Amino acid sequence: MTDPLLKIENLQTQLGDEQDPVRVVDGLDLAIHRGETFALLGESGCGKSMTALSMMRLLPPSGRVVEGDIEFGGTDLLWLSEQEMRQVRGGRMGMIFQEPMTSLNPVLKIGDQIAEAVRLHDRLRGSRVTKRVLELLDSVGIPDPVRRAREYPHQLSGGMKQRVMIAMALAGRPELLIADEPTTALDVTIQAQVLNLLKDLQRDSGMAVLLITHDLGIVAETADRLAVMYAGQIVETSDVSTFFQGPKHPYSRKLFESLPDSNKRDEKLAVIKGFVPSLKQQFTGCRFLQRCEESGDRCSREVPEWRQLNRRQGVRCLLYAEKPLVSKAKQDPQTTLHRTRKTSADPLLSVIDLKVHFPIHKGVLRRVVGHVRAVDGVDLQIPKGHTLALVGESGCGKTTVGKAILQLLKPTAGSARFEGDELTRLRGAALRKRRADMQIIFQDPMSSMNPRMLVGDIIAEGMQAQKMGTKPQQAWRVNQLLQQVGLSEEAAGRYPHEFSGGQRQRICVARALAVQPKLIICDEPTSALDVSVQAQILNLLKELQHELDLSYLFITHNISVVSYLADEVAVMYLGRIVEQGRVESVLNSPAHPYTQALLSAVPVPDPDHQRDVIRLEGDMPSPANPPTGCHFHPRCPQASEQCRQAYPPQAELSRGQRVSCWLHTVGQ
Amino acid sequence: MLRGLSMFILLLWALAALFGGGFAAGANTIDLQRILAPPSELGLLGFDDLGRPLLERLIVGAQTSFLVAFGVVAVTSVIGSLLGLIAGYRGGWIDLLIVRLIEVFLAFPGILLAIALAGIMGPGLDNLIIALSVVGWVGYARLARAQTLALKQRDHVSAAIALGSGHWRILLRHLLPLIAAPLIVEATFGVAGAVIAEAGLSFLGLGIQPPAASWGSMIRDGASYMLMAPHMVLAPGCTILLVVFSLNLLGDRLRDRLDIRLTARKRS
Repeated sequence: MTDPLLKIENLQTQLGDEQDPVRVVDGLDLAIHRGETFALLGESGCGKSMTALSMMRLLPPSGRVVEGDIEFGGTDLLWLSEQEMRQVRGGRMGMIFQEPMTSLNPVLKIGDQIAEAVRLHDRLRGSRVTKRVLELLDSVGIPDPVRRAREYPHQLSGGMKQRVMIAMALAGRPELLIADEPTTALDVTIQAQVLNLLKDLQRDSGMAVLLITHDLGIVAETADRLAVMYAGQIVETSDVSTFFQGPKHPYSRKLFESLPDSNKRDEKLAVIKGFVPSLKQQFTGCRFLQRCEESGDRCSREVPEWRQLNRRQGVRCLLYAEKPLVSKAKQDPQTTLHRTRKTSADPLLSVIDLKVHFPIHKGVLRRVVGHVRAVDGVDLQIPKGHTLALVGESGCGKTTVGKAILQLLKPTAGSARFEGDELTRLRGAALRKRRADMQIIFQDPMSSMNPRMLVGDIIAEGMQAQKMGTKPQQAWRVNQLLQQVGLSEEAAGRYPHEFSGGQRQRICVARALAVQPKLIICDEPTSALDVSVQAQILNLLKELQHELDLSYLFITHNISVVSYLADEVAVMYLGRIVEQGRVESVLNSPAHPYTQALLSAVPVPDPDHQRDVIRLEGDMPSPANPPTGCHFHPRCPQASEQCRQAYPPQAELSRGQRVSCWLHTVGQ
Repeated sequence: MLRGLSMFILLLWALAALFGGGFAAGANTIDLQRILAPPSELGLLGFDDLGRPLLERLIVGAQTSFLVAFGVVAVTSVIGSLLGLIAGYRGGWIDLLIVRLIEVFLAFPGILLAIALAGIMGPGLDNLIIALSVVGWVGYARLARAQTLALKQRDHVSAAIALGSGHWRILLRHLLPLIAAPLIVEATFGVAGAVIAEAGLSFLGLGIQPPAASWGSMIRDGASYMLMAPHMVLAPGCTILLVVFSLNLLGDRLRDRLDIRLTARKRS
């Protein structure tokens, strides 16, 4: 085998105080070969980004590399002067970041920003720079590059901005492109476009890509080899196909098991107990010890050595040592959730033709010049004890639907009936009383709690507002709720910032439960969390539904969560529901072209799974000015003349699947 | 060092204002023997044109400035914050009305408006506080409104509404505690501003009336004797300078301390 392009040996990066450092990267070895895509996989805080920043020598001021070698194409990067390093950055080694919105300068035209990179690394001048800029824009698939080069970042969509970032990274003709969560901030259909682009570019230019991600699906789709990182170390490296056939390290295995999907519907998801240990300590044993279910006595005394199992796979675990540890893995009694579903006739919540339009004001007199049709005629029914998932990409209005049902936003038109009671007409005290029946859990648990209030007060707030019980009764109930969501009673006396993301979300669940609701609207409750933590919250929600016969309106963009949790699903596009029905039927045989495209764009954690991504052209149009006819027709691969003229009526397919598409409207 | 000194000066100011009465019994005693006498062992800061001891008059002046400054800030911060809070939270025509009112007040030079008001209502301590309060609430209202607008979008406010909490509960538990920090900083600078405004109005003769002492009126009395007896101007002038400077230092420190973004970053 030829020499690797990048070789990192025993890299140690520390942050903070020198006396008491945080060892964010602690003895990392890595090799990346020319032309390959190498994925660095791990949950937040495991040191993935710090590794990349160490390579670029772009660590934050409090950070430093204390030991190790980073050899890149024959030069040791750690010994270069700052000036020489500047030639490497953006030149031989390019980087793209997670947030395209903040990575571009908002006051410079994108053409000028790319030109800057071109001038720095290509030594071109004059009109040849412009030519190269257009070339680059063209190569990242931006249509009409001449016009786009003259636009400012805010005029581009998220996917376009990420393409511009890639174009800038390509300006120096890099041998290695570091992509740090390049698609995490993007919708799945856009994510598919960007990943495809990266693949094409790599094939054409032969550069290596270091892909930093937490998404097993993306790894399976794009990478050749991968390394799993945990607590500042690599615990397993493998090539992708071997890894997906059987990950070796217990942590890697847990990551797989905690992924939700439809096959696990009737069981609990695996969770990794405990937390990532503090990286301030010197480890005397395995870092994963406390959270591992296969650990033995030796694991606490012996630091596991790296062991290369074969040419393709290596692992850092005593299970595979010279004298292998005898695993005392106890097969967890498979916890199944028994569902006794009664299909109740009358729905708990029924929403008919709900509309939320936001007026656009203009001029001195603030006259209304138009409306943003965020929600434009939505029908939904949720029976008691059922879960309805509302799926769609960002900006389609799904969050607005949730808020309008709860009367947090005033609907423009339509009706929302809860147990036969018209919510839109409730006012004052009657509405406040009704609110106890419907609760909401938000995406970001930190901002959904008042940072100046104790957890006990946060949970008790609803009971106080609803005047439920006396003070001692409320305190007793707070303790009971904390136990119910899996926290200890002492949590009541602490502040929200003292908890981790998953624990905070549990507190939010407890707060919602405090007023004994019948319906909980979950607005992306797990999308800010790591997969293993997501599994805990999903388990909790499922358990609670079983115990308390709750109904959920689950708003999400994550299809695998939908397939695990939901009974029914409604797919939303530009303020309207385009398809809804039972989860099995919609996910297995989607009828609407948008649903088909959306499902095909979701990366599947299985490298052998060949999927044909239905590529959608362009971006979602603005809800202020939706296209005439079917809203989806400008992006639809199957659009016909009819689609341009009128919005299709809803057609009922078999098994209660309803779809709004001319393709399925018979006898029109 | 500077920090300790400024705290010491503020402490001295407060002590003089609250407990200084006993040491300043002779503030209005006219002693013709000592007219314009410079500082000496008889009077540490000298005597004024009527032979009154400047130190004791400074102490009485401290009472005046302390009372006016804290009176004004207490009234303006409460009224201003409340108006801003309500405007930001309720929105709609209430917001429009309050914003227009704020803009009208901002269009007037504040101190001129206060002079006009004090002139109409006549001199006196209470009228001085009223005049300064009328122009002083605007800053708090603007700040409170802007903060509330940003804050009410946060999910924990939505969550509280969804739980069925009433408006006052949300205002007092979810909004006010979170906007308190910048308002406290603003109030500290407000105290400094009020000290200067009081001195200015008294200088113009619109504040405390003779023979009662105020730092501003002491400067006015001394202005005519500036060349013969500079201590008459220097003593109250330097006092005002030191107190205002110390207040501003305190305000800066509070701003650094209370900035939520900074402390949050330290925690994480």
